[in-house]
Amino acid sequence: MSTASPLNTVDAASPANARPASEGGGARRPRRFAPLPTAALLLGALYCLLPVAWVAIAATKAGDELFSTFTFAPGSGLWENVSDLHGYRDGIYWRWMVNSALYAGLGALLSCAVSALGGYALALYRFPGRETIFNVLLAGVLMPPVILAVPQYLLLAEVDLTDSRLAVLLPVLLSPYGIYLARIYAAAAVPADVVEAARMDGSGEWRIFRSIALPMMLPGLVTVFLFQFVAIWNNFLLPYIMLSDDEKFPLTLGLFTLLNQGSTTPALYTLVITGALLAVLPLIALFLLVQRFWSLDLLSGAVKS
Amino acid sequence: MSAPGRAPGAEAPARRRGGASARATSARLAPYGFLAPTAALFALFFALPIGYALYLSVRKVQIVGLGLGPDGREEVWAGLANYRRALTDSELLAGALRVLGYGAIVVPVMLGLALFFALLLDDERVRGRRFGRLTIFLPYAVPGVIAALLWGFLYLPSVSPLTDALEAVGLPAPDLLDGAPLFGALANIAIWGGTGFNMIVIYTALRAIPAEVHEAARLDGCTPLQTALRIKIPMVLPSLVLTFFFSIIATLQVFNEPTTLRPLTNSLSTTWSPLMKVYEDAFTGGDIHAAAATAVVIALVTLVLSFGFLRLATARDRREENAR
Repeated sequence: MSTASPLNTVDAASPANARPASEGGGARRPRRFAPLPTAALLLGALYCLLPVAWVAIAATKAGDELFSTFTFAPGSGLWENVSDLHGYRDGIYWRWMVNSALYAGLGALLSCAVSALGGYALALYRFPGRETIFNVLLAGVLMPPVILAVPQYLLLAEVDLTDSRLAVLLPVLLSPYGIYLARIYAAAAVPADVVEAARMDGSGEWRIFRSIALPMMLPGLVTVFLFQFVAIWNNFLLPYIMLSDDEKFPLTLGLFTLLNQGSTTPALYTLVITGALLAVLPLIALFLLVQRFWSLDLLSGAVKS
Repeated sequence: MSAPGRAPGAEAPARRRGGASARATSARLAPYGFLAPTAALFALFFALPIGYALYLSVRKVQIVGLGLGPDGREEVWAGLANYRRALTDSELLAGALRVLGYGAIVVPVMLGLALFFALLLDDERVRGRRFGRLTIFLPYAVPGVIAALLWGFLYLPSVSPLTDALEAVGLPAPDLLDGAPLFGALANIAIWGGTGFNMIVIYTALRAIPAEVHEAARLDGCTPLQTALRIKIPMVLPSLVLTFFFSIIATLQVFNEPTTLRPLTNSLSTTWSPLMKVYEDAFTGGDIHAAAATAVVIALVTLVLSFGFLRLATARDRREENAR
């Protein structure tokens, strides 16, 4: 990696000098138990679990229990809350969830494809303008989303695309960070001489990419996908600006409007809380499921050799 | 655009036909094909909007005649008037100061905690590291809006466990959603959501430190604390710089959390942060020209801060390299 990118500080954590995780253990110094640091780590874990634990408990409280019983005392209304949420405006909550899944799933998939192509080109070809393109893309990371979102809204309004699903899907397809990661993975996982050999054998460039490079990049692309999935799932500003029809809302925006109405109709608070729990659960489940395949290290651009 | 992955493939059959020279040509053109979807998206959703924002920021709406009917308003050149207005706007300045105060809590506390937990994860004497790592990273999966919503409820006096605890010992409970505590309350949401991600970045850098370095430190009789302070922290400085950089940018752009907390308190105005003011100007006030100017100012401040900081960081790197 000989890029002049502003981000190449990460390279300190790059593959060559990384020691494998498995041997990071006892060899270094005799294993002893440190109670105080362990307690500190557990305290941190507790702090991070606190709101999640609370929402799980609060979702079981009936409306009148929410503000009267002790914070962490379970209530008696979980089933009722869920069925209230289910019944609220003909189950619009589930539509929000489907929308979120659609935006995040499809958006991340397409964004991942764009990143894979771009990252591969930037990593394995030498061509005029390569560094310029890369640096301009990285400058895109620095653009505050609202700076982009307001004119994006106005421009999409010109072509009558605001308040459509495309309006929240199209702007998220280009992820400078995704391209940056894909470039690092491609550089580390796809040997240049393999590509060269395939070229000598007469394979076309697209074929080389599809049947040789892509499979090699796949583990890294899983990270790009998940990163984008989380980013789109968590996105609020873009749908907040683009959408007005609540049939198209993602979960974040739907819950926000529900909370907003709650300030005049407190009965909605139990729905908000139950909805928040049900919104958090799938992502937590996803995380626990994929963390086996998803090396968190990859998030910061480190690549295992 | 509807099938961004297809563009390069369309050229493939033509390429395969030729001999060596055709292959060389296709190898030369291929990267541009692969980058075509990126370029198209960049042009449409980054470059064009930025250009449009710049254009809008130097325009204004003028009332013609009585200002009635569709011809009653026209857009004219405004020069730097919108910028002058933005830079002298007391509400925007107040918002910037609020965000500065907020950032002064978030950035040091979040990165301090992230570094601290990363060091704990890198210490074999600590038990439950896997559990700790997963749990502290967990908030990353929780959308900012939902995090703000959860904490917002936990801050309400009738829900907050803090109120119960303080009342039990006979102390008055502070209103967490007003005055100075509000800054802490907002900062806490960002710290809760961001510590895990930064911890992972720093932890990754810690694991990249060669084992020999640790061995040498141990043989020299370094205590774990000394190893952390004198070896580990200096060696992960680049990733600390990186996390610092991203935290500052994220802080400047704070929007979701204060927006979400608004329904729960009267102390958060619709213009609490500069970005909220942009939104307010553009969509509630209907003054897209003022909004565009403010947006450009924020973008410029972000860019100047970012590049100034990067320069500083790389200058330091170079000095160190020269010293070696």
